Amino acid sequence: MAYEQYGAKATRFGFGEGLVELGEHDERIVVLGGDITGSVMTNLFKDRFPDRFFSMGIAEQNATTVAAGLALSGKIPFFASYGAFCALRNADQLRISVCYNEANVKIGGGHSGISVGPDGATHQVLEDMAFLRALPHMTLVVPCDYLEAKKATIAIGRMEGPAYIRFGREPVPSFTREDTPFRLGKAETFREGNDVAIIATGCMVWESLVAAEELAKEGIQARVVNVHTIKPIDTEAIAAAARECGAIVTAEEHQIMGGMGSAVAQVVVKNTPVPMEFVGVTDTFGGSGNPNELMKAFGLTSNDIYNSVKKVLARRAGEWNQVQAMTEVGFEGQHPAGYPKPGTVFPIEELIENDRKAAENAVA
Amino acid sequence: MPFTNERRTPEQLAEIATEIRRDIIRSLVEAKSGHSGGPLGSADIFAVLYMGGVMNHDPAHPHMPGRDRFILSAGHMCPVLYATLANAGFFPKSELLTLRKFGSRLQGHPGRDMMLPGIESSTGSLGQGLSIAVGMALSDKLLDHNGARVYSLTGDGELEEGSIWEAVMAAAHYKLDNFCMIVDNNDCQIDGRVTDVMNIYPLKEKFESFNFHVIMVDGHNHGALLAAFDEFKTVTGKPTCIIAKTYMGHGVSFMEDRYEWHGKPPSPEQAEEALKELAE
Repeated sequence: MAYEQYGAKATRFGFGEGLVELGEHDERIVVLGGDITGSVMTNLFKDRFPDRFFSMGIAEQNATTVAAGLALSGKIPFFASYGAFCALRNADQLRISVCYNEANVKIGGGHSGISVGPDGATHQVLEDMAFLRALPHMTLVVPCDYLEAKKATIAIGRMEGPAYIRFGREPVPSFTREDTPFRLGKAETFREGNDVAIIATGCMVWESLVAAEELAKEGIQARVVNVHTIKPIDTEAIAAAARECGAIVTAEEHQIMGGMGSAVAQVVVKNTPVPMEFVGVTDTFGGSGNPNELMKAFGLTSNDIYNSVKKVLARRAGEWNQVQAMTEVGFEGQHPAGYPKPGTVFPIEELIENDRKAAENAVA
Repeated sequence: MPFTNERRTPEQLAEIATEIRRDIIRSLVEAKSGHSGGPLGSADIFAVLYMGGVMNHDPAHPHMPGRDRFILSAGHMCPVLYATLANAGFFPKSELLTLRKFGSRLQGHPGRDMMLPGIESSTGSLGQGLSIAVGMALSDKLLDHNGARVYSLTGDGELEEGSIWEAVMAAAHYKLDNFCMIVDNNDCQIDGRVTDVMNIYPLKEKFESFNFHVIMVDGHNHGALLAAFDEFKTVTGKPTCIIAKTYMGHGVSFMEDRYEWHGKPPSPEQAEEALKELAE
C-alpha cells in the first residue's frame, strides 16, 4: 500500500494519548512527572488519573529509581522527561536499578533529536540510542508518526520488562493508519523495491518515502523499511533487505555512531555484507535554529537520503573510491558546513536591514 | 536451626549479632575478597531488624504480599545481609561459603537476577537503593494501602551521592511515614574519615530540615535500637531517619574503627583470630 500524508502532529501527543488509553484498562499503570509534564504530554494522564500520578520534581535520577521501586511492587510506572535527561543523566539508574533488576519500568524520552530546535545542543539528545541499545533487557522503540507513537506506547505498556520510547516535540507528517501493522520487534516494509533498501526510523521514515518517490522517477525502486524497534532489532527483515536489494542506506535523527544504522550494519555484516551509507548526525553537537533549517544543515532530509542512495549505488557499481568514501564520512567533531562556525558574530545588522527593506517593499 | 523473628531481649539479640559476625568472617575468608568493616559494624542493626520482631517478614514465603521490605542501599555491605538472611532461615547457612563465587546466588553486590530469597532489589551503585525503597514505600502507602513498611540502610559516605537527597526530598514530600532510613554512621569510607573525604555533617539538622523525623542511636546497643524502631512505628506524617552511630569492624579488635578494613577480607590467620574473639 502506498503511504500518503494526511496531516501533521507531534509524536509526543501519541505518547500522551497512549498513556491515557493504557490507564483506562490497567490500574497498575502509574506515571511519574519530572516538572515538564505539559511538554511530554503526561499531563493528559495526570488530569485523568490524578491518584496514579506522582510529581517527582526536577530529579531524574531519583524518579527513574523510584519507578524501579514501584515496578518491584507490581506497578507499571512510566517516567517521561526530555530524552537528554531521562536516557543519559539517569544512565546508571537505568543500567542498575531498571535493567539489572529487570524492573518493568517504561521511559518516555521526549524532545528527541535535533528537531527540538531553538533550545540548542544541551536539549537535542542525539546519543540516547547508542546507550540504550547497549543495555541488557532494554526494549527501544522509535515511532515514525503520531499514530505509531500511540500504538508503540500501548505496546510497551502491555509488555513485560524495561522499555524506552523515543519521541519528538515538533509536528511531523502523519501517514500511518489504524490498520498499518505494528508489532514490537517487527520491522515493516512501507515501500516495495529491490534496487536499494532505505532503512529508517522515527521521523526519517517519511523523509525516506519522499526520497524513494524521487528515485522512482529515475527508475530506481527503493525498498523503504521502518525499523521502529531498535532493540530487539528485526534481523530477518534487515538480512532480507541486504540480500534482495544489495545496497543499504540508513536514516535516523541521531548520531551515526552507535545508533540504528550501527545496529543495522551489525546485522548486515554478519549475514550478507553489502555497501551501506549512513544518514544521521556525524559526530557533532547540534545548535540553535528552527527545526527545518537544522534538519537541512545537519543533513537529515529526503534530499540527503537521495544523495546517499546515489552514492551507495555508485559504490556498488565500483564507481567510487572505497578509501575516499571512508574518509568522507567526516568524523571531525565539527559543525556541518551549513551551520555558522563557532565564534561567528550573528549578522544582526544584516537581518535588520533585510527587515527594513521588506517593510519598504510592503509599503511600496 | 534458624532464629525466629520475635521480640527478644537485648542479650539474646547480642548473641544473634555475634553469630552473624562469625558468619561474615567465615564467608569473607572463603571468598578471599569483599568488605569486612561495614558488615561487622552493622551486624547489631541487622539482628534487631530481622530477628528482633521489627520487620514483618516470612522466610518461608519471601514474596508474601504486604510484607515489610528491606533494601540495602550500601550494596557492598551485603555480607551482613546474606549472613542475616541465612540466620533468619531464608536459605541454608552453608550457602554463605559461596559468597562471590562463580555463579553464586551471593553476588559480590546483591543481584536480583540470581533470585536469592530475601533480596528485593539489585544494589551496589551507591544512592540508588534508597530511591528504590522510596518507590516501594510510595506503592505500599499511596497505591496499595497495605500497611507495609520499607527499611533501607545507607552508609554515611554514601550520603555524598547527590541522588540521596533527591530521594530524601521525595520521601518527605509524600509524607512516607512507612519509610525508615538507617544511616550506618561509622565515619569511615575507603579513602579515610568521612569528615576528611567530604564532610556530610551536621546530619541530624540536615535530615530535620528535609522534614524527616530523626532518631540518634548507639548502633551497637540492642535495647536502644529496638526502642528506635518502636519510635519509628509511632511517627505519622513524615519519614524517619535513624542515625546509628557505629564503629566499623566492631567485635573484632584489630578491625575496630579502622577504615583500612572497609574493603578487604581477613586472611585465614586473621579470620582465626577474629573467630576466637567472637567466640568469647
